[in-house]
Amino acid sequence: MASDPAVGAPKAAPTAPKSRRSVTGTRRTVAALFLLPALVLLGALVVYPIGYSVVRSFYDQSGDGFAGIDNYRALFTDEGIRTALKNNIIWVVFAPTVATALGLVFAVLTERVRWGTAFKLVVFMPMAISMLAAGIIFRLVYDQDPDKGVANAVWVGVHDTFAESSAFPKAHPGRESPLEPAGGGAFITTGTVSAGDTVTLPLVGVAPDLMPDGAKPAAAAKPEDDRITGTTWQDFTRGEGVGALNRVDASELGYPGMRIEAVRDGKVVETATAGADGTFSLSSKADGARLRLPASNFAAPYNGLDWLGPSLVTPAIIGSYIWMWAGFAMVLIAAGLAGMPRELLEAARVDGANEWQVFRRITVPLLAPVLAVVTVTLMINVLKVFDLVFIIAPGSSQDDANVLALELYRQGFSADQPGIASAIAVFLLLLVIPVMWFNVRRLRREVRR
Amino acid sequence: MRRTSRIIRIPKSPDHPPTTPRSRTALRAAAALAAGVLAVSLTACGGDDDGGDNGKGDGTGDTGTTVTLPDLKGESLEVAAVWTGAEQANFKKVLAEFEKRTGAEVTFVPAQDPIINFLGSKIAGGAPPDVALLPQPGAIKQAVEKGWAKPLGAGATKELTENYAQAWQDIGKVDGKQYGVYYKAANKSLIWYNAQVFENAGAAEPTTWDELLTAAQTVYDSGVTPFSVGGADGWTLTDWFENVYLSQAGPEKYDQLARHEIKWTDPSVKEALTTLAGIWGKKDYVAGGASGALQTEFPASVTQTFTGGDQPQAGMVYEGDFVQVNIAETDAEVGTDAKVFPFPAAGDAPPVVSGGDAAVILEDSEAAQALATFLASPDAAGIQAKLGGYLSPNKNVPNSAYPNEVQQKMAKALIDAGDDFRFDMSDQAPQAFGGTPGKGEWKALQDFLKNPKDVAGTQARLEADAAAAYGN
Repeated sequence: MASDPAVGAPKAAPTAPKSRRSVTGTRRTVAALFLLPALVLLGALVVYPIGYSVVRSFYDQSGDGFAGIDNYRALFTDEGIRTALKNNIIWVVFAPTVATALGLVFAVLTERVRWGTAFKLVVFMPMAISMLAAGIIFRLVYDQDPDKGVANAVWVGVHDTFAESSAFPKAHPGRESPLEPAGGGAFITTGTVSAGDTVTLPLVGVAPDLMPDGAKPAAAAKPEDDRITGTTWQDFTRGEGVGALNRVDASELGYPGMRIEAVRDGKVVETATAGADGTFSLSSKADGARLRLPASNFAAPYNGLDWLGPSLVTPAIIGSYIWMWAGFAMVLIAAGLAGMPRELLEAARVDGANEWQVFRRITVPLLAPVLAVVTVTLMINVLKVFDLVFIIAPGSSQDDANVLALELYRQGFSADQPGIASAIAVFLLLLVIPVMWFNVRRLRREVRR
Repeated sequence: MRRTSRIIRIPKSPDHPPTTPRSRTALRAAAALAAGVLAVSLTACGGDDDGGDNGKGDGTGDTGTTVTLPDLKGESLEVAAVWTGAEQANFKKVLAEFEKRTGAEVTFVPAQDPIINFLGSKIAGGAPPDVALLPQPGAIKQAVEKGWAKPLGAGATKELTENYAQAWQDIGKVDGKQYGVYYKAANKSLIWYNAQVFENAGAAEPTTWDELLTAAQTVYDSGVTPFSVGGADGWTLTDWFENVYLSQAGPEKYDQLARHEIKWTDPSVKEALTTLAGIWGKKDYVAGGASGALQTEFPASVTQTFTGGDQPQAGMVYEGDFVQVNIAETDAEVGTDAKVFPFPAAGDAPPVVSGGDAAVILEDSEAAQALATFLASPDAAGIQAKLGGYLSPNKNVPNSAYPNEVQQKMAKALIDAGDDFRFDMSDQAPQAFGGTPGKGEWKALQDFLKNPKDVAGTQARLEADAAAAYGN
């Protein structure tokens, strides 16, 4: 079988004028017969759907009335589609370039590391996962809750190393409390205190298992003649609500470490910190002042970044795309690197170029064709990105993360607008054509070479 | 949107476009094959059923005589619905009973959402199922307009008038003709709470909006965030709004708003949004804050309420009876750990917002009519009611048929509402407004959750989107 054309070719060449036989000596009918399945399949599966999409894009929603260019006009006037278009541009600009750049860095570095192959394997691994699975993974990675989402866990961890969160984030005054909000999250007593008084500063709302470990049952403060004493505690008895309102009940815990400030005329005149049973004592300097629990007691724990919120969602999804495809870029570029003439690098080094110069002036220019292939392939891939956006973006920010392929799906299958969906499909096709053309032309040049 | 799609919001892979018209013969072959496989599995089911029924004190015996069905030996039927899992298995048991009584052979065809598109491709392929269960009144209307749905015969209509409240009959009607039998209902006016949290806080089940706020404050004072909101799915928010609106503005205004006869800039909408902001806009009242809630999908909003022992992420979560399915994924037990109370009255009367699935005939035949009649009877509903996870709008299904107290409570609230329940408003709206993620009402309420102070802006946005979608 394999030797047949090889034998036939030289024989057929001189007898070419004999009709009905091609260069390779096959009969035209036979050739047609062999081409037929491919033609039928291509026609039915590629050409016909494209043609029909083009036709459909000129018809209205029901498919009965001719709509002219209305569907295309909707493409550029509908706000949702415009966001999709804008996001697609962001994707096409950033995703392929960053993935290629990272791939280049990985490829060049792994070439000189001993465990390079193992490293390459690890970086390439995400390619083995389907887009859908990767989407589900990253939906979790970007979860808002630092206990679930690793991105926020890291972010919050770093943040909390520098700025510690407070002990009583959600504490607030209960019913008929002697405290009132003082703005900025602080609370202040409604009246002033004077020496010899005992003050109660009850709050509620700290979850039992979030209470500081050192908390002891709250105790009523003993009055002292020239001092102001008091208690600050969690005025909430499990199962009974506040219990005795604004009075210390047996099972209620003090707020150890709660800071108390005495404020007179807007100035802090005295401060104290509550003990394990919530009691505190202020000197007579606080006489006639109001007591304030400063906001630093109640600072809410830092909750990390809103990765999947409107502003960060597209970069976040692009990040997950790069996670998947940087490995692909790396492998192709590494292959290109392997085929690169070593003499040039050596020559440059002998001439006294440093590594950066070698990379910048020799490696990158020599790799340019490979880099172009990788970038263009990724561009085509990015233009039709759908799965990651569909899965990672929560419903609330799907609009902000929208891309053309997703909008196509939404218009076609949930909004029941096949006309507009077809118009988007045709538009996407038009966008891909120049990139394709570039690729085909480059391929031809390569073959000619 | 369909509720099954709500529970499992794993989006369909784009690799499997839902509508692929296949050739007729291939379809036939596939159908025949499926029928064969199903027939085997159905007989197996039937066997199981018999065994189970004996144990349950002859459940089918006492209700089994209310409807007479023709002998349909040799006939075959196809029924399409989007149900999966236990719901599908339970419905198949009802179909098995129908087979046993009539001798007809019934095949269940699993469909995908949106079912109306699925049916479209089946009809284009020339092999529609005989009966389909449609989730929205809008879908029934669409099916009638396209000439797919066939009116119900005398037998089914008689069953309907005997067993259903007028309002349940009416939503199955198009232009005065009866097309749909509401076989399954959803009670979407329920608030589920973590019993441990309420006990720790000393809170009581509220019946009015003020009491709800008091209970929420008590829960908050105990150190637990009161509410869990699945804001990543816009439909949970529209359901919140609908309950408050129905209770405050009353059924008439609710209907007008559903038909977009009054504008969303109406003062009644303002009042409802302001009321909602009393919960959504209060600091620390919503688990994860507004931005956290907007990334919480419905299933997570339920599980986070019923996991975490004494310290769950939230104490209460609002949604319909189908919340049970998600509670089942946690260790919490419905009825002891997870309890429920009807949505409190924000206005004069407590609201009852519902959803449901209606059986519609697509291929008219004696067998199809008989099945519709059967599904309208208390016999069919009684079988599935016993199996749990199901509510019937059929008022002649005895409350005792439901397997547990929670189910009975929900069924009672639904039946007691009589004609005063209202169908989910967003399900009645055009899909572009009431059923598309990131668009229309879903998006507007998500933005409102993020910024509950902007009542006027939300109203303006709702009105603009509604006007575009309704085309008026």
